[in-house]
Amino acid sequence: MMIEDFWVLLTASLVASSCGFIGSFLVLRKMAMVGDAISHSVLLGIVLAFLLTQQLGGIAMFIGAALMGLFTTFVIQLLHQGGAQEDAAIGVTFTGLFALGVVLLSLYASNVHLDTEHVLFGEIAYVPWDILVWNGIELGPRAVWTVGGAFLLTLVVTGLFFKEFKLCAFDPAYALTLGIPVTLFHYVQMTLVSLTTVAAFDSVGAVLGVAMLIVPGATAYLLTDKLERMLLLSVVVGVLSAVLGYGFAVWLDVSISGAMASAAGFVFALAFLFSPRSGIIPTAWRRRRVLSGDGAEA
Amino acid sequence: MSLDKEIAVEVHDLTVAYHRRPVLWGVDFALPAGHLIGLIGPNGAGKSTLLKAILNMVPAASGWVKIYGKPYAQQKRLVGYVPQRESVDWDFPVNVLDVVLMGRYGHLGLLRRPRRADYEFAMACLEQVGMANYARRQISQLSGGQQQRVFLARALAQEALVYFMDEPFAGVDAATERSIIGLLEQLKKDGKTVLVVHHDLQTVQEYFDWVLLLNMRLIAAGPTEVTFTDENLRKTYGGRLTILSQAAHAFSQPADALVGREGREG
Repeated sequence: MMIEDFWVLLTASLVASSCGFIGSFLVLRKMAMVGDAISHSVLLGIVLAFLLTQQLGGIAMFIGAALMGLFTTFVIQLLHQGGAQEDAAIGVTFTGLFALGVVLLSLYASNVHLDTEHVLFGEIAYVPWDILVWNGIELGPRAVWTVGGAFLLTLVVTGLFFKEFKLCAFDPAYALTLGIPVTLFHYVQMTLVSLTTVAAFDSVGAVLGVAMLIVPGATAYLLTDKLERMLLLSVVVGVLSAVLGYGFAVWLDVSISGAMASAAGFVFALAFLFSPRSGIIPTAWRRRRVLSGDGAEA
Repeated sequence: MSLDKEIAVEVHDLTVAYHRRPVLWGVDFALPAGHLIGLIGPNGAGKSTLLKAILNMVPAASGWVKIYGKPYAQQKRLVGYVPQRESVDWDFPVNVLDVVLMGRYGHLGLLRRPRRADYEFAMACLEQVGMANYARRQISQLSGGQQQRVFLARALAQEALVYFMDEPFAGVDAATERSIIGLLEQLKKDGKTVLVVHHDLQTVQEYFDWVLLLNMRLIAAGPTEVTFTDENLRKTYGGRLTILSQAAHAFSQPADALVGREGREG
């Protein structure tokens, strides 16, 4: 294995596990589609930040994307309260903002390395050649630092406010009566989702970012009934998907991010079928054993 | 005891509207401390909405709420809440003890994790509702009555002075209902004030020493024996004769004969 493979694998694992971790909360809060929305509309934030600063990457892009993520959840809530169906509100908001991003991109920024294909699927294979240099020292691929940084921030914030995140996900109305600032924590969490998504965006794009945001958490949910373990498992599933996906991609010479998302889907399907807790097959097996037990007595 | 003279909850001119349609209209009452109070009214009368408006979960168009003489926002520590069982997802990956510990979060404040004393307190609360053996059980494995008792234990863990409970008897079996009412009576003995949304007219006199009769407006409030009258019920339930005749039936029977009935009226 060459060093380039290592960097791609590390980036892929970080993307999948950071998205999976914060995505677990989205899954538990039944907000998977809001994650979908944010991961698309951050494009508009990225493009606007680029148009303002004329540079790609850097702090401005993160701030633009984070603000756009918050704006997205805010608009969705506004439309929903104004009488639109919640899923329709989500659909209208994110397609609108994403489309605006695409239009602005092709209008003003078509000559930069951001193009629509990149936006949709990412270019993780190029990660090893975009090196972060600081004071003349090469610090490794920029993506590792941005994705790793976003993941670290998410871990620290979630660690600090773990009990609040847990309660706000389980019973937000009750949390409110305890004096916990539920809305503030909602927006903190959405900011983390936005930052994680924009960090992952460059590597896996908008479409596959959604897969990474939702599938590991949804898989972990099937495998355990303890929140701490679910978060840990979402990271494990994320890394597993990244490694399997990279293997598939090299073997079949296909898109890395596509193979990763497919691998995540494959792992989810395995959990769905074989999870000891809620899997289809163990459940059917248990039922059959109970039934045949009855038959033997009769 | 002086507690009896103290006002635990004061609600003034509370009006709530959904999409400009009023749900509660100028509700005004004061609850003396140390009573077990039934909040009675037909479906759609706004009973749950009243609780949520008091607890600031739905915005009020007008009015204010005071708990022990100060605005609710300053007194959240004194207030415990038991939501309807269906309001949460019981497949959420936590166990019974986790849920009861949530009742301690208000005391802990931000950033602090539950300590050993909190765990012990939560266990004691589970003991009180007879669920100590279920502490490590996943909440998805509980029956309806057990879920209700976990919610009660969580409220107990808050160590509040005033409790608001939204239909704690809905869908629980007779034995659980008995143990819950025993617990509520204990709270009353300890000087706490408990407001309970209740559906079953037949048990009102047996369970509550105070009642609020509500149908969008407050119809009547006061000690059960003078307030839970035929006339007030007629005002509250309007022309719903079946319910009224059931109530009349309840009047004519001694209280013990009604123990454990599970009728839910709408």
